[in-house]
Amino acid sequence: MKIEQYRIIEKSKFDDFINSLISLSKVVAPVYKGFKNYIFQEIKSAEQISLKYIPTIIPPKKYFMPQRETILQFDVNNELKVDPVVEYENLVLFGVHTCDIAGIKCLNMVLSDKPKDTAYLIRKKHITIIGLECNDYCDEYASCSFVGAHIPTTGYDLMFTDLGEYFIVHIHSSKGTDIIEKTGFFKPAKDINIEELRNLRTQKLKIFNNEVPTERRYLPDLFDRSFNASVWKELENKCLSCGNCTAVCPTCYCFDIKDDVDLTLKVGERYRIWFSCQLDPFAKVAGGIDFRKDRSARQRHRFYRKFRYHIDRYGMVYCTGCGRCSRTCMAKINLKEVLTSLIKESEAKIWRKWL
Amino acid sequence: MAKVVIKDSPYNLKRAKILDINSLTEKEKLFKIVFEDHSWLDFEPGQFIMVSLAGIGEIPVSVCSSPLNRHYFEICVRAVGKVTNSLHRLNVGDIIGVRGPYGNGFPIKMIEGHDLLIIAGGLGLAPLRSLILYAIDNRRDFGEIHILLGCKTPQELLFANEIEEWGRRLDLHFACTVDRADPDWKGNVGLITSLIPGIDIDPVRTYAAVVGPPIMYKFVIKELLAKGLPVDQILLSFERHMKCGMGKCGRCQIQNLYCCKDGPVFTFKEIMDMAEAL
Repeated sequence: MKIEQYRIIEKSKFDDFINSLISLSKVVAPVYKGFKNYIFQEIKSAEQISLKYIPTIIPPKKYFMPQRETILQFDVNNELKVDPVVEYENLVLFGVHTCDIAGIKCLNMVLSDKPKDTAYLIRKKHITIIGLECNDYCDEYASCSFVGAHIPTTGYDLMFTDLGEYFIVHIHSSKGTDIIEKTGFFKPAKDINIEELRNLRTQKLKIFNNEVPTERRYLPDLFDRSFNASVWKELENKCLSCGNCTAVCPTCYCFDIKDDVDLTLKVGERYRIWFSCQLDPFAKVAGGIDFRKDRSARQRHRFYRKFRYHIDRYGMVYCTGCGRCSRTCMAKINLKEVLTSLIKESEAKIWRKWL
Repeated sequence: MAKVVIKDSPYNLKRAKILDINSLTEKEKLFKIVFEDHSWLDFEPGQFIMVSLAGIGEIPVSVCSSPLNRHYFEICVRAVGKVTNSLHRLNVGDIIGVRGPYGNGFPIKMIEGHDLLIIAGGLGLAPLRSLILYAIDNRRDFGEIHILLGCKTPQELLFANEIEEWGRRLDLHFACTVDRADPDWKGNVGLITSLIPGIDIDPVRTYAAVVGPPIMYKFVIKELLAKGLPVDQILLSFERHMKCGMGKCGRCQIQNLYCCKDGPVFTFKEIMDMAEAL
């Protein structure tokens, strides 16, 4: 821990800091909406922020990859004229938990893979991420420790950690430095502050225990032997195929591309819109053949995309442990429970391998 | 919210002009296309392009002309959906949008020096025609070339003139069958699988390229394995509804493979243990 990279801010000055941030740029932060629901939305004053919040309904991916996004504009007035476009704005995301930062890192990985998604990269460049470390679990659905997303590592410009009377702030980029300098309110951290941060992290190791009875490194093995597991068949009867789990997932990025025409029939746009592998038309091709006809196959596909396929392709687990899919599922399909049943089912096989 | 034009977007389209339209059957038309800036579509047989009609949509279509033809390229389109039906209503001289090529295409460098067995079912002939024309253009680089063709009825036979010529050529072995014949049909009747046992090939030095409707693959592969073809010499091209063509949208995913990026051509070895592939 390089002490030069740390600043502290008294809690009494926190509201002033937020208000000064708002005067600099559009600020988006978690806001309480009732019934244990939080959302990321633009704030106009510091009081709106909920510092203690469970993961928002939709993760901040909505700012990086909007639900509906124009990718092309065309004009057929004289002859076909096509303009690829990007919509972006300068934005400060405040209070992003480490699970959602992990989700943004997953999106970065995919959309900067070749051929690069230019629009995404432009939008990303204009967003500043200020993280907020969780000192404890948000609720029982989280499994962030299992995927290693409970400790801040990278992916943020500033990281706020609550240390009782004050926040300690880690500066991770020059974008972060700019905010520190422009707003004021921050003091250099002293050794004692760093010591307290270290203590908190040690404390967290006791609080955050692996939520699933296996280790991350065994995931490829586990999933390699679970393709025909009975767990998937059980999901067939539970899943309603509504697509909620993928809509709220911070690492789900599958999309559809559609065209829309103005009433004049002369101008229009092509847009990209979130789509879900859980929905019926997703894997259909001309002639009506559906390659994932059963809901069990679709649920299995979702789990394999989180825990298996992308490990080969991108070297990352595409689950951030935020628990949104389990929280939102109307049929009460719980990610941790599914993983646990998978482990139980394949335990015999695992033992056979290690003995 | 600022909105700017980004010409380097991977979704940008190249304007292309329809040079000629040829009705092959009742439902399939062949479009001869050239880029307006007369640039060359540099592709491999088996690769596909995204064809756009502004305001209607975008579809993946495999290129069916020879990759060595630098003056124009061709696509064969069956009218099944919104975009394809609209394409059929276009006229010569109309402008469409094109991006690509995408996908891996047939591994030509591997096939060269070997015998080639082409098995096309129905519209599967379209991507394979590109390979056939390439092989004919570079005939001396290939060993024996066998072409097996199957379709439902004689009326649905694509590229009838070319097929006739292929049948006459001495350097090609050609056979064709239809599921249901009519009184004028003089050729074979039966499924395409019925042609496979009769062909005279050396399985060790033969690459088979198979494209057709999903149902066809299972049975054809069975016959090819019975013939003794190694699993990594059976090449299959898959159909999925790609939306981006760049391994992002997830629509064409077959387990950990993206049909648009890792495919659409796979060896049977790659997918033999994969559910959801066939």
